[in-house]
Amino acid sequence: MRLISVYLIGLIFGVGISISGMANPEKVLNFFDFAGTWNPSLAFVMGGGVVVAFFGYRTVLKREGPSFDQMFHVPQNRTIDLKLLGGSAIFGIGWGLSGFCPGGALPALGTGRWEVILFTLALIAGMAVARYINTHTGKRFQTPGGPELHQPAAHGPLTEAPRGPATEQNLSN
Amino acid sequence: MEIVNFTPLASLFGGVLIGLAAVLLMAAIGRIMGATGILSAAVFAEDDRAWRWALLAGMVSGPAVFLMATGSWPEITVPVSPLALIVGGFLVGIGVSYGSGCTSGHGVCGLARLSPRSFAAVLTFMATTALTVFLVRHVFGG
Repeated sequence: MRLISVYLIGLIFGVGISISGMANPEKVLNFFDFAGTWNPSLAFVMGGGVVVAFFGYRTVLKREGPSFDQMFHVPQNRTIDLKLLGGSAIFGIGWGLSGFCPGGALPALGTGRWEVILFTLALIAGMAVARYINTHTGKRFQTPGGPELHQPAAHGPLTEAPRGPATEQNLSN
Repeated sequence: MEIVNFTPLASLFGGVLIGLAAVLLMAAIGRIMGATGILSAAVFAEDDRAWRWALLAGMVSGPAVFLMATGSWPEITVPVSPLALIVGGFLVGIGVSYGSGCTSGHGVCGLARLSPRSFAAVLTFMATTALTVFLVRHVFGG
């Protein structure tokens, strides 16, 4: 029941992305091209999503907990640091070069288009490299994915590296 | 400036569905709908991966449902080179890892939670994306 619900929620997201145009690099790049062929449509995507989530979250988070979990896993970190800003700046450069963001590309994988697959492989490679650097410098990510992300991982299609010295030091700080 | 291919209603409807999915995910399992965190943990985390793969499977099924409903695949036009996809994808992977999220996690869920980190992240990546597009298209490009 839990996994079926989550699958259907992913499906709603995937259909929403398909309708919205977020999976279409031409549209995304035009949204940012104020000096050229501007397409303001994507402001409506984020606007619609934020308004629905704003009121929806206010309702849901008043409940004692989610239906299929013990608790709400909501990020508590409120510190704006260089890692957040630098990472976001790099993300923007990549988004501007390719026209794909992760939320747009993942549903678009369902079309089987080679461009989406190529982007997604490069995306996972970038994540793997970031994790490798983090593992070897003993630092951790604060991610919305939850505490699992903080564990040095050692498997998955593109993880050449993190099997290395995933040491106690890394795990304990 | 020339406004092209403007689809406010479709985009608004798509955005509403994205927001709805984020709310339902919080209601069902108490998680943020962030594509970055979900993909990263689905691939790299050591446990609790089942729900993330279920969610990804649902996302990937989206275009097929769109096809059944409308008779055509969602439009995907890629006006950039394979090299730009590779370099761009790699930079996105690095950036969202350090920035703790992307358009879905920060841009929809974080703004809806009024998270100051997400406001800072969204302003930052919107600015660098626009700057990159400007440089590529109007300074170095055609």
